[in-house]
Amino acid sequence: MSDVLLEIRDLSVNYGHIEAIRDITFEVPQGSIVTLIGANGAGKSTTLKTISGLRKVRAGSIVYDGQDLAKVSPDKRVQIGISQAPEGRGIFPGMTVRENLEMGAYVRRDRSASALAPDFERVLTLFPRLDERIKQVAGTLSGGEQQMLAIGRALMARPRLLLLDEPSMGLAPMLIKQIFTIIEEINEQGTTVLLVEQNAAQALKLAHYAYLLETGEIVRSGTGAELANDPSVRAAYLGGDI
Amino acid sequence: MAFQYVLDQFVSLFVGGLVFGSVYALIALGYTMVYGVLQLINFAHSEVFMFGTFATVWALWLVGADATTAGVALVASLAVAMLIAMITSGGVALLLERVAYRPLLNRGAPRLIALISAIGASFVLSELMGLRGALASALGVDDVLGRYVARSRENLGLPTDRTFTVQFEVLGYGVTNKDIIIVLAALLMMIAADQFIRRTRLGRGIRAVAQDPESASLMGVNSTRVIQLTFLIGGLLAGAAATLYMLQVGLTRYNAGFLLGVKAFTAAVLGGIGNLRGALVGGLVLGVAESLGSGLFGSEWRHVVAFVLLVVILLFRPTGLLGESLGKARA
Repeated sequence: MSDVLLEIRDLSVNYGHIEAIRDITFEVPQGSIVTLIGANGAGKSTTLKTISGLRKVRAGSIVYDGQDLAKVSPDKRVQIGISQAPEGRGIFPGMTVRENLEMGAYVRRDRSASALAPDFERVLTLFPRLDERIKQVAGTLSGGEQQMLAIGRALMARPRLLLLDEPSMGLAPMLIKQIFTIIEEINEQGTTVLLVEQNAAQALKLAHYAYLLETGEIVRSGTGAELANDPSVRAAYLGGDI
Repeated sequence: MAFQYVLDQFVSLFVGGLVFGSVYALIALGYTMVYGVLQLINFAHSEVFMFGTFATVWALWLVGADATTAGVALVASLAVAMLIAMITSGGVALLLERVAYRPLLNRGAPRLIALISAIGASFVLSELMGLRGALASALGVDDVLGRYVARSRENLGLPTDRTFTVQFEVLGYGVTNKDIIIVLAALLMMIAADQFIRRTRLGRGIRAVAQDPESASLMGVNSTRVIQLTFLIGGLLAGAAATLYMLQVGLTRYNAGFLLGVKAFTAAVLGGIGNLRGALVGGLVLGVAESLGSGLFGSEWRHVVAFVLLVVILLFRPTGLLGESLGKARA
């Protein structure tokens, strides 16, 4: 097993006729938190969707744990440990919180109640709010609770690589802090995290390594602290100060 | 007076309506489920049903059932016929998905294109059945197939005896064993389908695709499999409906699917398209309303009553009686 869990090489993806990402290269080391920051439309979500297999690769490659994903179907990718909490949460509004969490374990071979029990316990310990709402229909949850549900659901697959798409979107500052603390905790429990964020200030504080994406290309990279102190990043993404 | 007639015959009309409504509801489930996962009206679903009616008759021929078959032998023959009809309709539905829809949807064709493909597939399937005699003689197998392809554009009748015995009376109307079998069988099938969707893992996969296809993919749901499964379930139910319909009506022909299809689609919209329980409610309401309506205005007004009802209900409840879609339906 290599110590790079995910390796993106010269990846280009089209969205219709438009080039959404162009020749991007980056890697996610085992056990780390890596973040892709950038403005709306920079291609961050497209990158995550492509890793999960929802968008077609035009050129380049995605290598996960030494395996080229080119011919691996989206459901297989979940099976081998790549799990995503999508942008806008993407929870199933008509299912209960419990059913949503069970959906997270959809591809697992062992789905018996006893096999899922430790995962339920882990998720509900991380997000006690979900425990309180376990029988509630997910469409009636608040935005923050839906975000917790989306992350919790992704964890139910027991991922090695957790892809998080804008977990802070639309949340109050207090709640953002709470969510980011939990992401750190998930990482400390051994899950590698690739985080896509517009909220650069929070993401850079958390990330071991960061890449800045502008109109489909990576224009800067460095440790979280390096990018946070980069004058151009500060000017464009951090409003001058943290 | 017509009104007096409806009062006198109320139970008879009501039970008759329930029986027809059960058949509508079973077919409506196929429309509503496919709509739930694909937002596509599968107009060829009426032909899926029509193939089931023919399979019913042919299966009865195959097992040697005729007008003299009675008792346990009759029940067993009908059960076999229903099973074969379900398999046939399920197979036609799967084929339809594979040939008429998947190639289009995989290429990202708009839903409108798939709709045209559905209408085309409906004509093709209907005419295939209507031209089976000509096809067989072109292939030189009409002698082998004999009565299975003879007079292929004419009515085909159920070979078994269709006099039914009265089981009990309600306010002077004798409810027959046929009435009971049709309503009970339809209800059982619908409960089974509903429980499958709500309780099983695959059913949950169907609901996930209906609620958020992209998220469902991210959970590892194989959407092609889910779509196939949805067509299969719809086809199985339409096949069961076909045997029940043959018990009730006794006749079918190559274009018999059209009217039934329109009625079942109406039932699905009436109940709230995309909603499983809505299909049940819509089917029963439609069946009873048109039965009572035909008693009140004369049977030639039957279809008019059905569609006026649809318009009136949609004026007040544009999302149908139960409203919620399969996507948002609660667990």
